[in-house]
Amino acid sequence: MTRSIEVIGPGMQTTVQDAGRIGFQKFGVSVSGAADLYSLQTGNRLVGNEENVPALEVAMGGLQVKFNGDSTIALTGADCIADLDGIRVGTNLTYQARDGSILTLGFAPKSLRAYLCVAGGIDVTKTLDSASTHVASEIGGFNGRALNAGDLLLLGDAQSRVALGSTDLKYEIPAASGSVTVRAVPGPQDDQFSDAGIETFFGSKYIVTDQSNRQGVRLDGPEIESKDGRYDIVSDAVINGSVQIPGDGKPIVLLADRQTTGGYAKIATVISADLPKLGQLRPRDELSFERITVEDAQQLVRDLANNEASQVVQAVEPELFAVNGTQHRVGVAQNNGAQLVSVDGTIYPVEWVELDPK
Amino acid sequence: MTDSPKILPAGDSAALVEFGEVIDPDVNSRVYALFDSVEKSLGDKVIEMIPTYRSLLVVYNPIEITFGEMSDQIGGLLDGIQGESDSSATREIIELPVVYGGEDGPDLDHVAEHAGISPQEVIDIHSGTGYLVYMLGFAPGFPYLGGLDERIACPRLTTPRVKVPAGSVGIAESQTGVYPNASPGGWQLIGRTAVPLFDVQRENPSLIKPGAEVRFVTVDSHD
Repeated sequence: MTRSIEVIGPGMQTTVQDAGRIGFQKFGVSVSGAADLYSLQTGNRLVGNEENVPALEVAMGGLQVKFNGDSTIALTGADCIADLDGIRVGTNLTYQARDGSILTLGFAPKSLRAYLCVAGGIDVTKTLDSASTHVASEIGGFNGRALNAGDLLLLGDAQSRVALGSTDLKYEIPAASGSVTVRAVPGPQDDQFSDAGIETFFGSKYIVTDQSNRQGVRLDGPEIESKDGRYDIVSDAVINGSVQIPGDGKPIVLLADRQTTGGYAKIATVISADLPKLGQLRPRDELSFERITVEDAQQLVRDLANNEASQVVQAVEPELFAVNGTQHRVGVAQNNGAQLVSVDGTIYPVEWVELDPK
Repeated sequence: MTDSPKILPAGDSAALVEFGEVIDPDVNSRVYALFDSVEKSLGDKVIEMIPTYRSLLVVYNPIEITFGEMSDQIGGLLDGIQGESDSSATREIIELPVVYGGEDGPDLDHVAEHAGISPQEVIDIHSGTGYLVYMLGFAPGFPYLGGLDERIACPRLTTPRVKVPAGSVGIAESQTGVYPNASPGGWQLIGRTAVPLFDVQRENPSLIKPGAEVRFVTVDSHD
């Protein structure tokens, strides 16, 4: 039987995403892909997938799905209050969904986008080498659109190695109404702004507006002064993390669904290590920018890659125990205070009670 | 003509080569000369490139090459293309059959009226020249074309259409273009081509390639 996921409720916006559509920007095709790539990759590692396998990106919770067939799953990214058949599930842990299991994602108190990763990945036909959904151009994903109730998503073949455990997070999820700082390399058009304008940009706190989406984070805050009052430029290429300053002087930071070109001067570019934080910003969060040189930013990328290589599989393999001659696979994990035990693939939340030896 | 090109960091994973800040066929030719040169000489170090009117963005993996090294390599290639100011001789020509006017071009009469000439003259002028594809952007396969005759320039519609059919050929100010897919739009529509411009099933999804030349050829019907 082919395993699948049936969408009962799609939430605000749930889309199929992988690492994005690479190599077609010269034709005007947007990259799209997970807005928080680290969470996608963490989730895939947890369920034993290659790290860029397609998963569901759930903005602002609200997703409810039913599983057809057994599947190992993990939720990463936004710390949604979620439950599997009525039992509370945490983020960054693996769980076993059974045939007929229902997973419900509630509200995420601290961040925006959760990722539901399933062993084997979401099996949609790739468009231009990627499963990522770009809603604006109706390309990729499930029929080029966000999911609707009733959609049936097929799952790929799971790898034999089923994981159970937790994995180290590469970054901190932004705290509620906290202040997020991202590092940015000045340019490529920073010479279009006055010294005062650059000072404003790197020295101010900006507020995320509700005009933000997968195309970009629109900010409100102090106006950034250009040298001669001019913000428009002859259309130029843009990239993930480009910080455009339009005529109102307020930054727009471009994200996964951005168009390939744009006509506003770019004061800076957010470094790749900090892009996942941008993908988790919610309206009214605070954002500030810290200056970094391109040399230091590239060193960070290399350090992170070396660090990552040593922790690719953090998941713990369950061990075999014989009880009365029958073999059982038993694994343990914990999520903050919650203790979990898996026996033969089923997850049980447990409470430790110390028994009196007498 | 222009200052020497600048090679600037666009974050930690891309280099932007700026040739100037103008819309100019010669500047654009140099963008594509560098595109070809980078593809040939540095292809294995480059993830992808975005050519525009007047710049080339080169996306690379900083684990494999630093900005300094990439910048040096591109600088070397720039020296090699200095002489090439006109690549029009080698430009690929894409001919698009267009039915002008009627249902396919509902704004043809308006454009003619605005220009103070007959609809047939608008057609003759529009189809009588080649248009340089400066870049693709805005939407998949959408070409930014240069070279519209100023006599048939015309402001956009005051109220944009909710849905412009795929293949519609339009005019907006002194630009002309063709919509690869159905989309909302405010351009004055003078005709339509039935040739599919953008198809994700093709290895090269876009019929119109950046740096090519587009010619609109008058046909009576889409058969």
